[in-house]
Amino acid sequence: MTTEISDAGPSDDGEPTRRDFIHIFAAATAAAGAGAAIWPLVHQMNPDASVLALSTVEVDLSSISVGQAIKVMWQGKPVFIRHRTEAEITEGEATPLGALKDDAARNGNLTGSVDATDDARVTSRDGAARPQWLLVVGICTHLGCIPLGTSSGENRGDYNGWFCPCHGSHYDIAGRIRKGPAPENLEIPRYEFLSDALVKIG
Amino acid sequence: MSHPSTYKPAAGFAKWLDDRLPIVRLAHDSFVDFPTPKNLNYWYTFGGILAICLVIQIITGVILAMHYVPHTSMAFNSVEHIMRDVNYGWLMRYVHANGASMFFLAVYIHMFRGVYYGSYKEPREVLWMLGVVIYLLMMATAFMGYVLPWGQMSYWGATVITNLFSAIPLVGEDIRTLLWGGFSVDNPTLNRFYSLHYLLPFAIAGVVMLHIWALHIPGNANPTGVEVKDVKKDTVPFHPYYTVKDGFAIVVFLILFAAFVFFNPNGLGHPDNYIEANPLSTPASIVPEWYYLPFYAILRAITFDIGPISSKLGGVMAMFGSILVLFVLPWLDTSKVRSMRYRPAAKMFFFIFIAACLVLGYLGGKPAEGSYVFYAQIATAYYFSFFLIILPLLGFMETPKPLPRSIAESVLKTPKAGEAAHNAPAQ
Repeated sequence: MTTEISDAGPSDDGEPTRRDFIHIFAAATAAAGAGAAIWPLVHQMNPDASVLALSTVEVDLSSISVGQAIKVMWQGKPVFIRHRTEAEITEGEATPLGALKDDAARNGNLTGSVDATDDARVTSRDGAARPQWLLVVGICTHLGCIPLGTSSGENRGDYNGWFCPCHGSHYDIAGRIRKGPAPENLEIPRYEFLSDALVKIG
Repeated sequence: MSHPSTYKPAAGFAKWLDDRLPIVRLAHDSFVDFPTPKNLNYWYTFGGILAICLVIQIITGVILAMHYVPHTSMAFNSVEHIMRDVNYGWLMRYVHANGASMFFLAVYIHMFRGVYYGSYKEPREVLWMLGVVIYLLMMATAFMGYVLPWGQMSYWGATVITNLFSAIPLVGEDIRTLLWGGFSVDNPTLNRFYSLHYLLPFAIAGVVMLHIWALHIPGNANPTGVEVKDVKKDTVPFHPYYTVKDGFAIVVFLILFAAFVFFNPNGLGHPDNYIEANPLSTPASIVPEWYYLPFYAILRAITFDIGPISSKLGGVMAMFGSILVLFVLPWLDTSKVRSMRYRPAAKMFFFIFIAACLVLGYLGGKPAEGSYVFYAQIATAYYFSFFLIILPLLGFMETPKPLPRSIAESVLKTPKAGEAAHNAPAQ
């Protein structure tokens, strides 16, 4: 009895008592339990298995003729795939880095800071550059509009690439921002070539 | 204001219930015999109008939910089904859609009234802050509701607004993915917005109860800003004096409401929202609903980097800051005088503030280019200066006009020429 009372009361020397320890331990356990219970409630909002199952898409490129571009959907976003002509490749390669508004490659296949050379914009996950194939996420880096220039006859802007009609951003033949309010080059998704004419995006 | 209960239950069931659950007593003391300043003018009727707005939105919303399908492939068609096939579906939808606009119209008047008469000042700070919470919940609810018809403006509005969260450093992209439940605005997003759009109005109703509770502790403020000194001389019972006054204002307000619903039901909406959402094609300009335009203008006014803060993050901070600053307004306004009726300088700055808000609203609907951006920057600067510079300094620099000794005196004395305009609607 005497022992219990001294355990329950505040200790005279300021040291924590066993009862203090039990209180803190119980509260910490309850907090950890609450956290563990809350996590599923939050995580259910993240992309589910069916969404993740569609997080990659395979595209057959054999039907895209030289000079043509297509739109494919990947993760609910449009990806522009352009089969560039020799002249367009030359034009992209001839652009000096100093003329660019954003000199970062923005290529999901490359790590670290890489300059936005034409080569760096057409490099796939295996590190090889295929200058005839340009893949970019078709979302303007300004406010998320879809730039024009993929379908034939659409306005391709002052730099022969894409033009965003919302606020007038001009992208060049390598999807790099050249003029207008957009801050960054069009993003390049992660992709790899499964064969010469089959590419897997994501 | 807190007052001794005056409820006298009749014998029998009323007394039996009162001993077990005094809910009739609560209603009687809160809405019948509640002592209310006798000089409230029509600007004070918007609380009641807002309560009606919330009830209308909940009733029509619950009905719409019986016919609406929250799926990307069916949402747009189900709305057209409501418009064409469901009995009175057109009425329910037009009342709900215009009801949102009417709700915001009323809440803006209610808030401006609070600022003009200094209603947020001690001892009503918590009452004011609860109001700001309600306003934030209203904005979230209306935003998610606008996404549900799955038109072009729904889709692209949702895209622009959810993309704002990606401006948050480090965790922004993860938060955006969490909001989307995917990699873009898509079916999971529509589903959760529907769920939350159904939930939040009831959260609003809960906070409204706290708001009324916090109102009934000190009692209503009033146009003079002078507290009630003598309950007998300064107040009248809420019923019938203000039930009738509020009731009349509600009827007038409903006439305006009906004019929109029946004669211009799409006047406040955007025609692009009658085009089904298309992730591959962006409308020429993405414009939010009118009640968000001032904040949209503030968002787009920050076109320059501020040190390490990018223009995008800066715009998002300014936009949220423009609402969050309201939480600390009771402590930013240093003047001891509540009502701007007796603060000539503050009154002038207040009307410039209203003008700045209207200008921002106009500019929010214009493209973000050229001189529009410049004017939005000026108006944004004034918006923040009003709260962060003018109101704090004015309390020390301004000489207020003499206050009436009591509410009763302000009502009974012959109004001077300059005050006639103010006192006229109060009687």
